[in-house]
Amino acid sequence: MGPGYTAGVSYDESEMNLAGDLLAGDVRALARAISLAEDRDPQATALVAELQAHTGRAHLVGVTGSPGGGKSTLVDALVRVIRERGRTVGVIAVDPSSPFTGGAVLGDRVRMSRHTLDKGVFIRSMGARGHLGGLAAATREAIHLLDASGRDVIVVETVGVGQSELEISSLCDTVVLVLMPESGDAVQSIKAGILEIADVYVVNKADLSGAEKARRLIQDAVAMAPKKPWQPPILLASAVKEEGIGPVWEAIESHRAFLRQSGGLEERRRERLKQEVIALVAESARDDARRAVEGDTPVGRLLRDNRNGRLNPYSLAADVRAMRPARGAEN
Amino acid sequence: MAVEKKVAAGRRGAHQKWRVLTCKVGLDGHDRGVKVVSRALRDAGVEVIYAGLRQTPEMVVEAAIQEDVDAIGVSLHSGAHMTLIPRILELLKERDASEIIVFGGGIIPEDDALELKRLGVAEIFGPGTSLQAIVEFVNRGFQQAA
Ligand SMILES: Nc1nc2c(ncn2[C@@H]2O[C@H](COP(=O)(O)OP(=O)(O)O)[C@@H](O)[C@H]2O)c(=O)[nH]1
Ligand SMILES: [Mg+2]
Repeated sequence: MGPGYTAGVSYDESEMNLAGDLLAGDVRALARAISLAEDRDPQATALVAELQAHTGRAHLVGVTGSPGGGKSTLVDALVRVIRERGRTVGVIAVDPSSPFTGGAVLGDRVRMSRHTLDKGVFIRSMGARGHLGGLAAATREAIHLLDASGRDVIVVETVGVGQSELEISSLCDTVVLVLMPESGDAVQSIKAGILEIADVYVVNKADLSGAEKARRLIQDAVAMAPKKPWQPPILLASAVKEEGIGPVWEAIESHRAFLRQSGGLEERRRERLKQEVIALVAESARDDARRAVEGDTPVGRLLRDNRNGRLNPYSLAADVRAMRPARGAEN
Repeated sequence: MAVEKKVAAGRRGAHQKWRVLTCKVGLDGHDRGVKVVSRALRDAGVEVIYAGLRQTPEMVVEAAIQEDVDAIGVSLHSGAHMTLIPRILELLKERDASEIIVFGGGIIPEDDALELKRLGVAEIFGPGTSLQAIVEFVNRGFQQAA
């Protein structure tokens, strides 16, 4: 731990060492930097910008699917395979379903406990907090930070709810969709969007009955989708029994190799960059707007007075946009 | 340090939350108590990272550092609290992470609880602890009652 970490030193002062310590592989620096991202602290953005030259190397793998499908258990099994192949891993377990206000219990680590003392594995849990679209931004920054810290593979687990599975495809190189045998008839109701983003399908819990049937149903659904140059494989696995995990990892690696050869990797990363710019602009615009609306500004005062209750949101929005962003304001 | 920062800054933003690692140390498989406490902490607005059963002090400290938590809540029923909890404190010190608060729960005799507090444990919750007491502990910033 660097000298910047003595008790009582503020983030601002310690930040000077954060980048260096993180690059040197210091786990505390990495962990603290991710906290800054979670707190949506502007220093995280500055840190990510500073570390950018050290990013872009890691293979980013998203694992998504319904709650209880066995994502965490599969990630645990995959981490073992990845480690056996001599590569280091960072895991980000995101729980977007935790409530927006109040606390949360994040339990994904439980299934990955056996890797805790392996220095080649770093595991971090993230909740939704009060983020409005900020969870994706925090996750993205956490990915960059893990990448800069030299992790070879970064696995992002997120529950497939709402927009999160679409977000994960904009965050990762390879998206693994985890399904259960019982979800056989749910397959038909799978939102078209998910089928389009999955690069690898895993029918987990293949130790239970119905897995083969589920595989055929997915195959039929995939066959109806427009043909793509990459045909997503559909694999059966049992994460608890650690069966079929090697082939899942090989499929993930094949997908990455395919992206490399086809130029798809650059294309995904360009798209990701675009999304990231949009997200950053949107996030700061939202913050500026909130400040304008809640602060001591003409619009803020109008809203608080709101005598006749007939304010026009369109004209107020135009007024806010016309305001210069309040620089140096409290974040 | 994270704690001092949060206290000093008055818990700045809506995105900043207390993070607490909860776990069961020792070999027994009773996880009822730790789960109840985890949910009580959650209801008090804390982001709880539940690390599960049969954690060793080494695992607890490593997980706490990776998760960058403000506090660790350990539950024990094995009777080995006088070795396991001091070991956690010692490892935190070794990792230069003594600012991470440690509190405990489970079946711990009063004398032992006093000794553990003397060693730096913030609070020990016995089997009959009310959820209100846990909420108050959170609201005190994970400090011992005066
Ligand atoms: N039978 C069976 N159960 C599994 C398998 N993988 C996971 N599970 C169980 O499914 C439950 C949910 O697993 P978890 O990994 O937490 O799912 P997640 O919510 O998708 O992360 C747990 O009880 C696991 O033990 C599997 O391959 N077979
Ligand atoms: Mg999970």
